Amino acid sequence: MRLHPMPEFGSFTLLLALALSAYTLVMGGVALWRTRGMAAGVDGGAGRLGETARRAGISSFVALSCAAFALVWASFTNDYSVSYILHHTNRDLNTAYKFSALWSGQEGSLLLWAWLLSAYGFVLRMRHKVDVRLSAFASTILAGIQVFFLLLLNFAAPPFAIQPGPVATDGFGLNPLLQYPEMVIHPPMLYLGYVGFSVPFAFALGALMMRYPGEKWIHITRRWTMVTWLFLTCGIFLGAHWAYSVLGWGGYWGWDPVENASLMPWLTGTAFLHSVMMQEKRGMMKSWNVWLIFSTFMLTILGTLLTRSGIVSSVHAFAQSSIGDWFYGFILIVFAVCLFTFFKQRDHLKSENRLESLVSRESSFLFNNLILLAACFTVLWGTLFPVLSEYVQGTKVTMGAPFYNRVNLPIGLFLLFLTGIGPLLAWRSTSLRSIRRNFILPSIAMGVALVVLLGVGVRPWQAGDDWQATLFSLVTFTLAAGVITAIGAEFLRGANVVATQTGKNLVASTVLLVRRNTRRYGGYIVHFGIVVMFIGIAGGAFNQSHEQEMGFGDTLKLGPYRLVCKSYTQDSNRNYDTEYALMDVFRGGKKITQLAPEKRFYIASQTSSTMVALHSTLASDLYVIYEGKNPDTDRPIIKVFLNPLMNWIWIGVLIVVGGTFLALVPNLARTAARVAVEAPVVEAEVHHV
Amino acid sequence: MFEFAARLSCRTGLLRGVRPLRGLSTPSVAAPVGRFRRFAGAGMVCLLAVVMLGATPGSRFEKMGHEMICTCGCGQVLLECNHVGCPVSPVMISELHSGIDAGGTDTSIFNWFETKYGATVLAAPIRGGFDNVAWIAPMAVFLLATIGTGFLVKMWSARSAQRRAVSAAGLATGGDAVRERIRRETEY
Repeated sequence: MRLHPMPEFGSFTLLLALALSAYTLVMGGVALWRTRGMAAGVDGGAGRLGETARRAGISSFVALSCAAFALVWASFTNDYSVSYILHHTNRDLNTAYKFSALWSGQEGSLLLWAWLLSAYGFVLRMRHKVDVRLSAFASTILAGIQVFFLLLLNFAAPPFAIQPGPVATDGFGLNPLLQYPEMVIHPPMLYLGYVGFSVPFAFALGALMMRYPGEKWIHITRRWTMVTWLFLTCGIFLGAHWAYSVLGWGGYWGWDPVENASLMPWLTGTAFLHSVMMQEKRGMMKSWNVWLIFSTFMLTILGTLLTRSGIVSSVHAFAQSSIGDWFYGFILIVFAVCLFTFFKQRDHLKSENRLESLVSRESSFLFNNLILLAACFTVLWGTLFPVLSEYVQGTKVTMGAPFYNRVNLPIGLFLLFLTGIGPLLAWRSTSLRSIRRNFILPSIAMGVALVVLLGVGVRPWQAGDDWQATLFSLVTFTLAAGVITAIGAEFLRGANVVATQTGKNLVASTVLLVRRNTRRYGGYIVHFGIVVMFIGIAGGAFNQSHEQEMGFGDTLKLGPYRLVCKSYTQDSNRNYDTEYALMDVFRGGKKITQLAPEKRFYIASQTSSTMVALHSTLASDLYVIYEGKNPDTDRPIIKVFLNPLMNWIWIGVLIVVGGTFLALVPNLARTAARVAVEAPVVEAEVHHV
Repeated sequence: MFEFAARLSCRTGLLRGVRPLRGLSTPSVAAPVGRFRRFAGAGMVCLLAVVMLGATPGSRFEKMGHEMICTCGCGQVLLECNHVGCPVSPVMISELHSGIDAGGTDTSIFNWFETKYGATVLAAPIRGGFDNVAWIAPMAVFLLATIGTGFLVKMWSARSAQRRAVSAAGLATGGDAVRERIRRETEY
């Protein structure tokens, strides 16, 4: 009998983690039950039980870390006795990709999910003193989620399953599409986002179960939610950038069910981040917020169900398997628990205030939520409609980009509009005078932008068949000008007030203004980033492409660029053989760069993939693909795209990331409050978090 | 722009069955209600125009090729299938060329492809019947939710107006609690 020390160690640690998580769930629950209604400190020994549950939860992180380490170790040491390693790696795989094998397949990605969940749980349990009882509730709920994933890992999708028969000398290799640097960070980012929403969900459910007084749980979870949202945002856009750079079809978003699965919780999470402010400030929308975070969590699970159960077709075929039934069961349990808790405690969620005016900040948040949820519904509807169609008509249909683009465009434009006007409205009610004052500059900017755009030739009536796309771009650019002006005016107005108060110059005043209320101005920067992304997306209306067979010295013209084929060459290493073209790129008669689009043939998996060559500027991307040789003529085929404003999308994402980081920074008041112990601070300087 | 959108919509059959908007074609004496109706109508036209938007490439071949899916299993739009040596997309592309050259209408060509490759060849459900539900449901939900939200906001506003007198009395007493509430509510 062969010995497999590392896989057996991994399997043991997974079982141990399951036992520890189950202990945290059961004993944590018992401790909370016994201490219900008791005053702090009077717990009759249940407090000690709760403490053992907390420590078991912490230990489960250690056990899962060992399991993750065991799988990575097996990958690095080419242990092909482990079925997962055999199917997802090979000897000549780059070291970074051997590491990323941890999340390249079903079992590994579930292990990553469970490990990240335990890591979040670890942080939560270490910081339990922020509110011991609420943290105990959240810890127990997280343990419940963790038990589900560990049951899957131990019984339905074990990552350390031993391959029967003799040990293979080499593995089948990693999916070529995943052999790209971004794939080393995109899945962990996405998973950090997915899994992270478990924490605000656990806090919300816990707060509801214990009838937590006030809105402190929102303050506790605010940073958790924002960090999670940030991870999910980065994960989604890294995936989009990967699709753009690797898949070689010139686009970045294909509305595949897996992409949709990541977008849905992002939309509801964004809605939650906005509407939760109404609860914090005015004690409104409590039920709504609770259901938003419940839905966000359930959508992360539903997304996993959709992509792994095989009920919808996806190009992410590597993620499909037969564990869907487990997820159906889990979603039903989660939904039942949420529903039961909500109905039992619904009187606790009564609003303290009501909305007072249609023209108010509250109202704009409400409509913002409506838009985001409408977008979420559209995406969910589009993802599930093929299943519904098969059930009703007996035939499956495809829900591709034409559907999503048409339905989501008006929703997106409405959202862009609200992004601009929302922050200009006052809480409770906005006077006509205030509207006039705040809206005059954005309106002028929109008017000027419209005239300039028409002047430079963005004229739908002259665009022929492209009139719809051109009109969409015109509307987007015009709205964007208004929103950017509105955001700029908000900064300027605030900075002027600070400058008057402090006598500082405008730049220093702006910095001070932002530091005094990082959340508000960080939020504006996030909005600005979203507008920049919208501009980039609207640039897609002017995409051009051209495909041509190209021999040596042949020329291809597209937009302002001229490409001349210099040579074709081949290369190979132990992992793949490659063919690539060397193309000189000219603009205005001057050579600006040389591009080398590739086609790779991966030896272990016997599959080929393209590597796009890009020349990126702020104005446009020149995107060149080597499609292979025409079998009839044996001449290489080159496809070139000219994608205007593509970089604006990625720059927009970076601005969103920067804005979110800024919003996470504590306000100046915190520092000032500490200083206040020694020296009193001027009252006007103090702004609360 | 509204006028332009209205003209476009009428020309492209977007508003088939919808009466032309009076205010856009002939000037009329604008009573407040009429003016509101005109703006609402123009807004509706604009909304409908935007609803029907979508990045469509220039030629008919490009347009139709982007409304079908390669059936090789890659799940990509027909003209974007970039598999080297894909056995399906070149055949489908040449069939599309033939269909257009033969003078077929968009519908007849799509029907031909649907018969040969199945309903999944179409990138979006456009066959009528139950397929229409795919398009109607999101817009219906969106419109109903918008109307519902507007109604809710109006109802809440009306209730708040009744309570305003009591709130004003509270403010007049100038308690710390009220001041704290104002600070909290105007902080960001």
